[in-house]
Amino acid sequence: MKLENYEGNNTFPKGVHPPERKHFSANAPIEVIPTPKEVIIPLQQHIGAPCKPLVKPKQEVSYGDLIGDNEAFISAKLHSPVFGVIQKMAVTTLPNGRHGPAIRIKANDKQFTDEEIYRELMGGRWTRDVAEYDPNEVTRAINNAGIVGLGGAAFPTHVKIAPGKKPVDTLLVNGCECEPYLTADDRLMRDIPDTIISGALLSRLAVGIKNIVIGIEENKPKAIESIRKAATGTDIKIAVLKTKYPQGSEKHLIKAILNRVVPMGGLPADVGVAVSNVTTMTAVARAVIRKMPLTHRVVCVTGGGIVQPKNLLVPFGITYRALIDFCGGLTKDAARILSGGPMMGFSFSDLDMPLTKGTGGVTVLTHDDIKKEQETACVRCGRCVDVCPMNLVPARLAAASQHRDLAMAEKYKIRGCIECGCCAYVCPAGIPLVQRIRVGKALIMANKSKK
Amino acid sequence: MSDTTQKNKSLPNEIKLNKTGDTPVIQVGHSPHLSDASFTTRRMMIDVLIALLPVIGMSVYMFQMYAVRQMLICLAACLLAEATFIKMRGRSFTLPDCSAAVTGIILGLSLPATAPWYVGVIASVVAIGIGKVIFGGLGMNLFNPAMVGRAFVMIAFAGVMAASGYESIHTGIDALTQATPLNAFKQMGISTPLKDLFFGFTNGSPGEISALACLTGGIYLCIRRTASWEIPAGIIAVVMVMAGLTNVLGDAPDWTILHHLFSGALLFGAFFIATDPVTSPLTAKGKFIFGAGIGFFIMVLRLFSGYPEGVMFAVLLMNALTPLINRWSIPKAMGE
Repeated sequence: MKLENYEGNNTFPKGVHPPERKHFSANAPIEVIPTPKEVIIPLQQHIGAPCKPLVKPKQEVSYGDLIGDNEAFISAKLHSPVFGVIQKMAVTTLPNGRHGPAIRIKANDKQFTDEEIYRELMGGRWTRDVAEYDPNEVTRAINNAGIVGLGGAAFPTHVKIAPGKKPVDTLLVNGCECEPYLTADDRLMRDIPDTIISGALLSRLAVGIKNIVIGIEENKPKAIESIRKAATGTDIKIAVLKTKYPQGSEKHLIKAILNRVVPMGGLPADVGVAVSNVTTMTAVARAVIRKMPLTHRVVCVTGGGIVQPKNLLVPFGITYRALIDFCGGLTKDAARILSGGPMMGFSFSDLDMPLTKGTGGVTVLTHDDIKKEQETACVRCGRCVDVCPMNLVPARLAAASQHRDLAMAEKYKIRGCIECGCCAYVCPAGIPLVQRIRVGKALIMANKSKK
Repeated sequence: MSDTTQKNKSLPNEIKLNKTGDTPVIQVGHSPHLSDASFTTRRMMIDVLIALLPVIGMSVYMFQMYAVRQMLICLAACLLAEATFIKMRGRSFTLPDCSAAVTGIILGLSLPATAPWYVGVIASVVAIGIGKVIFGGLGMNLFNPAMVGRAFVMIAFAGVMAASGYESIHTGIDALTQATPLNAFKQMGISTPLKDLFFGFTNGSPGEISALACLTGGIYLCIRRTASWEIPAGIIAVVMVMAGLTNVLGDAPDWTILHHLFSGALLFGAFFIATDPVTSPLTAKGKFIFGAGIGFFIMVLRLFSGYPEGVMFAVLLMNALTPLINRWSIPKAMGE
């Protein structure tokens, strides 16, 4: 179904169709996880300048107290998700390999109950009448709440909505959730669509633009119906997109809905678009309407390696171990634990790592899921070229990266790669193409910073 | 649960853990963590063998034991050559990838059915040894191995491999007493009926005789995306244009576009030889250019050279140009 007055045809060229496997957790309503005994809040959970700690060991903090901040524009504030006492600073490594200092908070015995948390963060009425809000006040509230893009990139939201030099005309709300397994966004759209609508209307106010389109893949009919119902009476449009990976990539979302192409190395603003995830919209609504900082998010714990897959409302800083334990633990054939989904998620082994703002899913795959043929020689079949959504030649990029031929890699436009992994997914020779390309990109970055 | 994962980290190897049975073994790896298992290199090669079945059937129907014998000789020699050369290079065993089997069958189908056994053996050894393993094995060779082997014996055993070498009167097989359609036309201007060319009731290399069999197998390969349709499309498009012009402007009104398409090794080459992924370009545009180039050289060789057919040399020529075509056909990235 094509959207009136929109140029896109609801999909993009190329891409792949991995197994969806949403059934593990799609029917589990959002539950609140009990407040943990301790949380670990890394000072850098976002893109930009890391926060500086504003608290000292032994200091008492309440829920929502500001504990980390940086005066740099591109940064995001940190708040305590619990009532508790600050402990000695810790150093943590996150699943994505980022290593740095973190604030540890020991929780008191007295906390909000699970019901209170759900009511405050998710429940109740969410206004659609946003005219009473001042745009500057909205932006300030977003900044003060420490909101970042919750789709995964964790780019500070107040920067994204700050009026730039380029005119923006459309806000795209990303409800694609194209990663297999994950259902957190799906559940949010089904369980609290009003919050999303409210957040979208407020964001539009802050950016000062006219159009809002929510893009949802067609494999989530219940979410589509729920959002459509919640949006009646507003001018928000809903685009039902073809289910294909990586539809949730912002470049491909813009292509599918608006048929605009973000220039290589550019941002959505270059083509007059702001893109934000549905989870981020709920955080915006909370921050503006209820003055709540970003301390919790919905995380999907799923996969064949989890005894009882669930969608959970969790505080940041909780360990992955606590999430997995709450879901009944690992099954016998659990083989790989991922922060994120199977296409772009990071695998890790230390379950005591804390969960941060950018993580919307924990996927545990089984041995059967990750079974892989041994790597053989590239036969230049061109399958990777057939599926690359950026229209690159992954086989060439991977070979150039492997041989450290950076000039060749640049010639084949390695910087265009969004690391979605379609190439490695289809490769009949089992070559880790995207992995090699990542190495090539890192080498080029390192070379540049040397100069 | 927390206890068991703690244990995992401290245990030295996975084998031990697997024996205990109820402890999960956690591994790390890079994304993507899923892979499409339905399509592997081995599966591609098996696809080619499946697609060759109608061609093999028709060749056995026409040439009986001669076709079977030639295919078995080439298959056995290719497998043996692959095993030997790979061992000499100290590489791991590669026969299970089935690529040597594909080379063997295609070679067996492209040599005259009556060629002596040593021709098949020498062609196979050259195909695998010089055509493939010397470059580094599967994926590294510049030229189509089967065509390298065939080109070698074509020059080394010119008598057996020349157009007249296909004719043999002592076999008791009718087809073998006739001249090949292209040779009959080149030497004497005799035009073979289209029906015979289409179904394959003619003399020639066992694989090439039936246009119908080649089309059936070829379309299967293209649907499976094991062969890229752009290559045969490029070949057929250019051959049709050039054959059309020749038909209109030349002095052989009996030899139409369809005669050009259905005769000789054109369709066999277009679907089974030119589509070898290793020696053809990577991108859709490059593949079409590659196919068009083959079509062009086939027609030039057919019309102006001393040979009645030009598929083999056309493929080898364009193989040599593949790296260049790859360089010319870098696709425009999204947003570029």
